Order: sequence, then C-alpha cells, then structure tokens
Amino acid sequence: MSRVVVVGGGPAGMAAARAAGAAGVEVLLVDSGARLGGQYHRQDSRAGTERFTLPSGVEYLGDSVVWALEPVAGGHRVHVRTGPADGPGRTGRSVDTPALVLATGAYDRALPFPGWDLPGVFTAGAAQALAKGQGVRVGERVLLAGTGPFLLPVARSLLDVGARVVGVLEAGEPVTGWLARPGGLLAGTGKLGELAGHAALLARHRVPYRRRTAVVEAHGTDRVEAVTAARLNPDWTVVPGSSRRVEVDAVCVGFGFTPQLELAVAARCALAGGFVAVDVAQATSVRGVFAAGELTGIGGAELSAAEGTIAGASAARLLGARPAPPVRALRKARTGRRFAAALDAAHPVRDGWRSWLREDTLVCRCEEVPYGELCAAAREREAYGGRSLKLVTRAGLGPCQGRICGRAVAELTGIQDAAATFARRPIAAPLRLGELAEDPGPQPEAL
Amino acid sequence: MKVLIDGKETVAVEGQTVAGVLLGAGVTSWRTTRDGGRPRGVFCGIGVCFDCLVVVNGIADVRACQRLVRDGDDIRAQHGAELPS
Amino acid sequence: MVSPDIVVVGAGVIGAACAEALSASGLKVTVLDRAGIAGGTTAAGEGNVLVSDKAPGPELELARASRRRWPDLLAALREELGPTLAEAEWEAKGGLVVATTEEAAAPLAHFAAAQRAVGISADELTPEAAAQLEPHLTRGVTAAVHYPEDAQLQPVLAATTLLAAVRARGGEVRAGTAARGVTRDAAGRVSGVRTDDGTLACRAVVNACGPWAGSFAARAGAPITVLPRRGMILVTGPLPAGTVRRKVYDADYVGAVASSDADLQTSTVVESTRAGTVLIGSSRERVGFDETVRVDVLRELARKAVALFPVLAGVPVMRAYGGFRPYAPDHLPVIGADPRLPGLWHATGHEGAGIGLAAATGRLLADLYTGAVPEVDPEPFRVDRPAVIEGERAA
Repeated sequence: MSRVVVVGGGPAGMAAARAAGAAGVEVLLVDSGARLGGQYHRQDSRAGTERFTLPSGVEYLGDSVVWALEPVAGGHRVHVRTGPADGPGRTGRSVDTPALVLATGAYDRALPFPGWDLPGVFTAGAAQALAKGQGVRVGERVLLAGTGPFLLPVARSLLDVGARVVGVLEAGEPVTGWLARPGGLLAGTGKLGELAGHAALLARHRVPYRRRTAVVEAHGTDRVEAVTAARLNPDWTVVPGSSRRVEVDAVCVGFGFTPQLELAVAARCALAGGFVAVDVAQATSVRGVFAAGELTGIGGAELSAAEGTIAGASAARLLGARPAPPVRALRKARTGRRFAAALDAAHPVRDGWRSWLREDTLVCRCEEVPYGELCAAAREREAYGGRSLKLVTRAGLGPCQGRICGRAVAELTGIQDAAATFARRPIAAPLRLGELAEDPGPQPEAL
Repeated sequence: MKVLIDGKETVAVEGQTVAGVLLGAGVTSWRTTRDGGRPRGVFCGIGVCFDCLVVVNGIADVRACQRLVRDGDDIRAQHGAELPS
Repeated sequence: MVSPDIVVVGAGVIGAACAEALSASGLKVTVLDRAGIAGGTTAAGEGNVLVSDKAPGPELELARASRRRWPDLLAALREELGPTLAEAEWEAKGGLVVATTEEAAAPLAHFAAAQRAVGISADELTPEAAAQLEPHLTRGVTAAVHYPEDAQLQPVLAATTLLAAVRARGGEVRAGTAARGVTRDAAGRVSGVRTDDGTLACRAVVNACGPWAGSFAARAGAPITVLPRRGMILVTGPLPAGTVRRKVYDADYVGAVASSDADLQTSTVVESTRAGTVLIGSSRERVGFDETVRVDVLRELARKAVALFPVLAGVPVMRAYGGFRPYAPDHLPVIGADPRLPGLWHATGHEGAGIGLAAATGRLLADLYTGAVPEVDPEPFRVDRPAVIEGERAA
C-alpha cells in the first residue's frame, strides 16, 4: 500500500498530512510529542482534550521518534520507535514510503556566555514549552534575552503562568532593521499585528523592553541568582561601563533558530544557507523527499502551514493523486517568505558575542569543553576539518551531538559549514542498544 | 497518580513530563556532569540538549522534558554516567 | 620558498607517521591533504594497537614492532613537544578475546598457541578468570585468551601529534591541498607533485592516501590495487569508568579480518574510550565508497555487543559512523619504493590495522628511504608483488 509518511506534527506536518489526506492518499504522521501542534501550537499535555483533528486516512503516531532513515529501492525506509521517551521497551516499526515529507522544525539557537550552563538558564523555547505544555513557570523573576520577535510571545506565556517578567532584552536594532526592508515588512502585516498585540500586553504588565542590550553573564553556584546585563555596541561587544547586575531566578535566551536537519541530511537533501533547499513544490533535491516549515527557513506558523499544504499536495501527486493546485497556500508561502527574509535580516547575530566568553566558559555543555581549550586544541593541532576538530576537542561528541554547540563551535574555530559538520547523525535520535538489537520483526511495511 | 522523586512520594497528574513534575516541586537541578560535577536541569525543554537527563525506573539518560510520567515511576537524580540497575 | 625533500600525500595516521619518521631523519617534509588533517579513515578508526588478531606472519611482525615503537615514540614526542600536544590517550589496556560457543573454543586455543610459539603473550583464561577481568562480560564464555600487549590510542590525537612534530622540525602540513599527480625529470624520476596551487618540487613523494591510494597511484602513472572496505561503528552514550576495561572481542574477529568475502561480516569488538563512550565495531563490507548507513548492519553490531555485554542492552546508542579501510587483495600492507617510477613510494593497504601499524610503517619507510637497516623485513610488503600491481584482475 502506497502512502505518504510525514515526520513532524507541528504546523507544517499537520498541514502536509491534511493536504495529502484530502487528496485521497493514505498518510502516516509521525511525531515525537504527546499531542499534535509541535512547538508553535503546543498543547497542554495534561489536558485530556485534543485541539486538532486530522482527516480519515491519516494515521497519527504520537510519542514516536524516527531514529533512522535509509534509502530503499523506490523511496525511503523510516525507522520508528513508539512509546515512553528514551525507552527502553518501545515498539519498533519500519515503514517504506515513496513520498516522505520532512517537517521536523527547528529549535532555539543559544549563544554561549559565562554561566549559561547554570540551572535556571533556559532557552526561550523551554520557557514557552513548560508554560504552555505543563503550566510550569521557569522562575518567579524572569529575564528574557536574545534577538528576534519570538521573545515577545514567550514573555506573554510567562505572564500567563504568573511569572514576573523583569525585562525583555533585544540585542539588535529591530526597528531600523525592519525599516530598511519595507517590502518584506508590508508582506507580513498580519504577523506584525500579532507582534503588536504581544507588545501591548507587555506594556500593560509594565515589562521593560530594551534594545541593544543582552545578558552577558549568569551568576550563581548551584543555580542562577543574578545576571549581568549590558548595553551592546552595533557589533554586539559590550559598551564599557554599561554592565549592571539584575537579580533573577531564571533567564531565558534565544537568538533565532536552528533547523532540525538530521533526517534531511540522512536523506542527502541538498542544503542552502544552513536550511534544506526546496523548490516551489517543496521538493528537496532528493526524489520522493519533500520538506516544509522551519526546516527550510524560519518564518513562523502561518508560512509553515502553507508550505506543509504544498508539500502534502506534492507528495500526494507523486503517488498518483490529482489534488487541485494549492493556489492559496502557494500565494501565502510566497509572501510569507518575503516577510521571513525581512525578519531574518532584521535580527542578525553579530560576531561580538564571542567577546562575552571567558577562557573557562563551556562552549560544549555535554563534554564540558571550555572556550580556551577548544581554541587552543584547534590551533595547536591545526585541526580545522570538522571531523578532526570534533575528535581533537570532543566538542559536539556528547549526548546532544552538537545540536546546541555546533554552530558556536564552527564559528569560533572557523569551520565554514556547521550544518555538514554537525548535522550528520545517522542515529537521528538515541535509542537503547537493546532496542536496536531487537529482531526486526515482520518485514517493513511495503511501499 | 503517585511517583517517587529520589525516594519521596509525590503526586503527579497524567500528561505531566518528568521535568514538569520536578520543576513543579521546586527542583531545578537533577543531574551532575561527568567531569566537573556541575549541576544541570532543563535547558532547551524540547528534547534537543540532553541536559535534563534523569534516571527513571533504573534506566539512566532519560530526557526529563520528553518523558511523560506513569503511575509509580521511580525518578532519581543522575550523577554523571550511570549503568542500568 | 625552499623545496621540500619529500612530499607525503595524505595526512592520515600513516602519512603522519611516515612524515614524522622522515623528518626525524633530518629530511624536509611537506604533507598534503585534499581535506582536513586526519579526517578520513583515521577519524573513523577505533585506535587499535593489536597483536592479538594477527596470525604468525609478516603482519604480526610489523604489529609487534609497532607495538614496541608507539610508546617510545609518544614518550620522545612528549619531550619534544610538551605534554599537551603529545597527548594521544595511549592506554596499554590489554585485549581479551572470548569464545561464546563450544565450536569457537578450540580454534581460539589453537590460534593462541600458534601466537605463543612465536613469542606473543597469549594467556588462556578460565571463564571465571575472564569474568574477573571484565565483570560485565556474559557468563556464556567458553574460552578466553588475554593479550596483555594489546593497546589503544586516540587516532586523531595521535596523527595530529605526529604532524605537530613534523612542523616543529621545519616541515609543513597543508590541509585542503589536493595532489593531482607527479611531474618527472628528464631521467624519468619524480621531480614534483602537481597540486591545484601549482607544482611542488621535491625529490620523492609518498603515497599515503589510504583507501584512495589506488587513485593517486594511477594519477602518478604507476597504478596499484588498493580497495576500500566499508566499516561501521556504534558509539554508546558515556558510561561509568570500568564498564568495559579492555579491548574485548569475539573470537570470530580473526576470521573476518582474513576474509575477502564481499558480503557483510560483523564480529564484535567492544572497548571504552577515555571519554566514557563505548565503541562497538565492526562491520566489513565491500561496497566501494558507498557511504549509505545500513540499519541492518547497525542492528547486527548491537546484537553481538549485547550478547557479549548484556548490561549494554539498557544504554543509549548515541552515534554511528562509518569509514573505509584500505586493503590490498592479499591483505598485506604496501610499504616501499615503486620500482616502476623512481621517487614514488607507497605506504598504504593497512586495512583496519593502520593505527596500530603506523609507528612501524613510518619507521620502515624512512629506513628504506635513507638506506638504514630496517628492523622489520620489508620483503612481504614490497610494492611489486602480483596482488598489488596486477591486483585489478585478482580482485
């Protein structure tokens, strides 16, 4: 039985499953979360209700990770484990598909700074996920810092769960950045309205919003007790004398997003600028593999859903269905991408963050590799190739496999292609050795 | 439902993650690193960073932010690297 | 710029060892690599310095010489470069080969007896004694042999240490420079190496391109047969120290190394690293340079590792990676001058043993180049043996 497999249950993945399902083809939607929605539409997993519906013909497999992807004749084999996260004792399943839609999303980009590994330092996405998904506030007095419009909805979520947000620090100059690209700005008027709504709420709660300011150090022994906030020069180096101490019990940081690339890399999809390259039909460079959402560029839920609709229709078409051209989605995707490009250009990460680091600041959190050792090892052993750099310094070789530190390590050591160096993860999600050793069971479900 | 947190019985509800239960109980750190013995807890909150590793029912290296609790789960702090017990 | 005396093509551990030994003889050496340093086969290696897996013969003699030389070489480099730069995570941890079936017990004992006869320490242990050495080992052991001489190092650290010595002695290491072929003088001798940045004049060139050595030899006009054999390794998450103490492998390892069967073979090798991870190798496939990761290969590795160490069933697999081992059709390294083209030398074909054999290989090549008396008989490794220069047909 031919069917489309969609990986990811966020806006893009749900839209892809709906579009393919609406075209009359069978769909398997695999998602690691307990509820549909992904990061953007995260539901409270404690609620007994499901906000989203999927058409009949879409089989939804939640609590399921795709841990490997391999090419087979006529398509790809998707290896899934379903059950309590990180096992053991999950159920294994392998599904072959001629039409795979990757909608694996993105995660917060964090920049290292002294103290960033203290408990109480979270990514903005963590604060959001815990607030929306668990009703938990990450602290009583919380400071948000980073760059980009995502900090605003996170502040809102924190207020919703009763945290006191002591400030939102934007490292860049977003207003001048947006004004420089009026075309893209107009393209996203709906999105701007949403952001204005967040801003108004922050104003009502008297949450200060500071531009060209960042958290450059976190203090504490066993957890965050305070941070140093400082004014930034345009290159993000600290303005001398501008540092001040802020008492907080949590700080949330986010500097844009990093796409979740491992499955696309395993499928050997071509990348462009660190994202999966797609054409107007959301087709990647690999036949039978489509990509949608943040994996192809950061643009928010609306754009992701539009891309998902297009990808789902394209996947269905590959299976012989004849869906109507997704005209509205194509139009939305076009304008959405212009807005995304404008936003992205308005929130660049400037090199001056490197000056926040000290010799003993951990760059790789997993393997506890400090900045000084990282640079010294790379320099003294001339280990500038990605593979040798990792093996000489151990940066990126721990449990997160470079997901958190990869981009920073690449920038600090001059590696050109961070995605190629760090996103190659044939084991796309960890599984227990005993799970891997298990009998493959019945033959993979056929194409 | 009830779960054990480092041996202490704690009330939890269906749909809570281990991290949700721990943070809700005021615990911010439940792991120490292998080399430096540094305390760690949730960082990314969405299963990417592997900082929130915890021991659940004798199995180490479980991401607390991803694992939903089940009645009777025995949740323990993870000290460095641990073998299954 | 002063021209080097000799150019080594390939900055893997074999190229690095050759360059180190040549520079120690006072020669000016330049090392080229088309990519980064030690980023190919070397980066995919487990760091085996083994005598246990080799039957009596020329490769075992080379392995013994290398096992003697590695610690001395690293100690000397520690003096020369300082402790940080000379750190290669050398561990004389010993190896433990176990049989887990009744059928495998007798061949293991036989193999070990033959090794003992030529002077290898190969101590037969009772299953109880083996369990004392490795507390997490399966209780299903039928025979065990302890090889105290087996050792381990971290291949990329080792290679970068050797190259640091080359630089410290006035040599040069150029990453990102591909060698396209050689130039010859009027007498037909090698006079330089052609690169994308122009020709680098030299008196001799060493082909240390590992699995790609056949390709470089062909470009140089003196083809040799060296083929790739794919291998995969699984890496666990970090585990407590002492989970796996030695290099532990299943007795069927020996059979797999010597085989030229194209089909997938796996035999279990389990060992911990300084970083706490446990490496699980290794598979052997002849699939050319195909980098596709096959899940059935990973599954087979996992299955056998869990059979040897049941506790590993509950630990996470964090990573898998693959590499290509260079092998000649007769499964012996290729070390020495190419008689067809004066000035061209080869050092390749070490299959999965290159890390271990590197120290003696570098020394042997340098001794042959300078006319010193080699410690190891070079004859079995000579370039103009039929399997190597007519191997295309043989393979």
